[in-house]
Amino acid sequence: MSGSAVGLGNFLRFPGQVAEYGGGAFMLAYFFSFLLIGLPICWAEWAMGRQGGLKGFNSAPSILAAITQRPSLRFLGIIAVIIPVIIYMYYVVIEAWCLAYATNYLFGDMRFNETSEATEFFVNLIGAAKDGSALGFDIKHVGVFFIGVFILNFVLIWRGISKGIEFFCKYAMPTLLIVALIILVRVLTLGTPDATNPDRTIANGLGYMWNPSKQVLEVKDADGEWVREREIVDANNMEDATAMVADNKDKRLRQLTAFEQLSNPNLWLAAAGQIFFSLSVGFGVIITYSSYMTKKDDIVLSGLAAASANEFCEVAVGGLISIPAAVAFFGVSGLAGIGLSTFDIGFKALPMVFSQMPAGMLFGFLFFFLLFLAAVTSSLSMLQPGIAFLEESLNINRRQSVAILGFIVAMGSAFVLYFSADLKALDTLDFWVTNLLMVVLATAQIIVFAWVIGIEKGFEMAHAGAAIRIPKLFKFTMKYVTPLLLIAILGCWLYSSVLGYSFDPGKPREYTGYVVDLFIEPNAIAWMGVGLIALTGLFIFLNLLPATHFKPAPTAKKGIK
Amino acid sequence: MNPSGWIVMLLSIGSVVGLFTWCIYKVLTIPEETEHVHGFEQETPDVK
Repeated sequence: MSGSAVGLGNFLRFPGQVAEYGGGAFMLAYFFSFLLIGLPICWAEWAMGRQGGLKGFNSAPSILAAITQRPSLRFLGIIAVIIPVIIYMYYVVIEAWCLAYATNYLFGDMRFNETSEATEFFVNLIGAAKDGSALGFDIKHVGVFFIGVFILNFVLIWRGISKGIEFFCKYAMPTLLIVALIILVRVLTLGTPDATNPDRTIANGLGYMWNPSKQVLEVKDADGEWVREREIVDANNMEDATAMVADNKDKRLRQLTAFEQLSNPNLWLAAAGQIFFSLSVGFGVIITYSSYMTKKDDIVLSGLAAASANEFCEVAVGGLISIPAAVAFFGVSGLAGIGLSTFDIGFKALPMVFSQMPAGMLFGFLFFFLLFLAAVTSSLSMLQPGIAFLEESLNINRRQSVAILGFIVAMGSAFVLYFSADLKALDTLDFWVTNLLMVVLATAQIIVFAWVIGIEKGFEMAHAGAAIRIPKLFKFTMKYVTPLLLIAILGCWLYSSVLGYSFDPGKPREYTGYVVDLFIEPNAIAWMGVGLIALTGLFIFLNLLPATHFKPAPTAKKGIK
Repeated sequence: MNPSGWIVMLLSIGSVVGLFTWCIYKVLTIPEETEHVHGFEQETPDVK
């Protein structure tokens, strides 16, 4: 049911975001975003997609044009094709990392004594030190795994449901859940793995992850500003920290309340971003898949069930594995030293955890194989919007579409794989697509649903065949609250991440690295990444120019109107 | 973990488990609903 939605974001990105942005405080913003942004866009996409499908269209450009009777809106759909195609280009590379880690846990030596060893393994595997260095064809480099994963994806999508994908999804998703639950039980029963470090416990890991208010130790920097040194999560550490502060005027203990954390716009941006990423809303995938549904199908419950399955995997499983385990083995300060980004937690911190855990090699293999399965189910669904678009715009069959799309994404993935130094290519694509294009698409879609189509008609479309009703409160939410929130998010993002202003008064203007790479100190790879996005958009645009060539797909559900 | 952390964790996990369970219950108890609920399954008519 939720093959596309459950992916790397659940098990790696979510825990890092929760821990980085204040634990319990982040969860409040996260659930607000789920209710006010995630679910409304989810239902809007399901409803518009199904309606477009009933008119015989399966790709976002033609769906948006057909259901609004406004041909010019097909250009809006360009974004809905660009997003999954571009994300696939780097997602499949990360998928290959997961398979490489799983394989190394089976056949290689993954027992790391120092964090630097785990970091070195990761850097060598993905080629982060030098462009082209990931292309080695042994199990310590990602090149061979990339080729295997790329071929696997296209064999599955080529052969179709009856022979390939159905078999894969039928066993992959239950396996994923079982493996995740086994690891979860193992992690929660770790207790205090090292008796010499009694503060490094699972309970403290959970506290670091979930406490809504935080006790932080701050230190004065050279300019006399207080900056956070680390978070204090248990009584023993608190005693030590209190003693340290008493002896040192340049250090202080401060309690960060949940309210104080929630006043940080970056926390809300991160929470909304996580909802986008994990529910696959504003992705262009839901609108395509829902177009294959009939008028008798229940899209309200389908959307809610897919979202709830995703939330279950993310909050109840993913949220309890990575960070608590990492804190139990390294402590809060140790984890801060490794980092909290998606890749830091998954590919540096967790391998250290597995190295020190009984049966760690087995659990390491299971964890990364789980991530690999989750990633494959997601990446497969990213291909369908591109395939459907090519079928409709070029009036060709599925296999021809798969071949053309395969060539396009192979070029893009090769770009990401080769320009691996500091992950510049991957980071550039990810930043502009997930932060800009996804929010723009989501905003446009909810406005089309609530204002162009009209909220009453939109609800009527959604409720056809539905056994449950969307609460009436969502009419107001989808018409006013969600669009306004999305516009605010986009505005805040432009203000801080593009224009470089800080929400913290007194902080100087500072451009993010992505803007510096383009306009301040131009970087060729960053420009190539943006050029790749633009070229993909141009290719789609040129195929959309003749408005008259859109014909319903031969597989349209004729007669079901 | 302090008491407010426990509350946030249990409420968060409880709400997602509750929602997920409710959805499964609805799908399984509404007649013929299993035929009408779909996800991002890759069963697209163009492969036939």
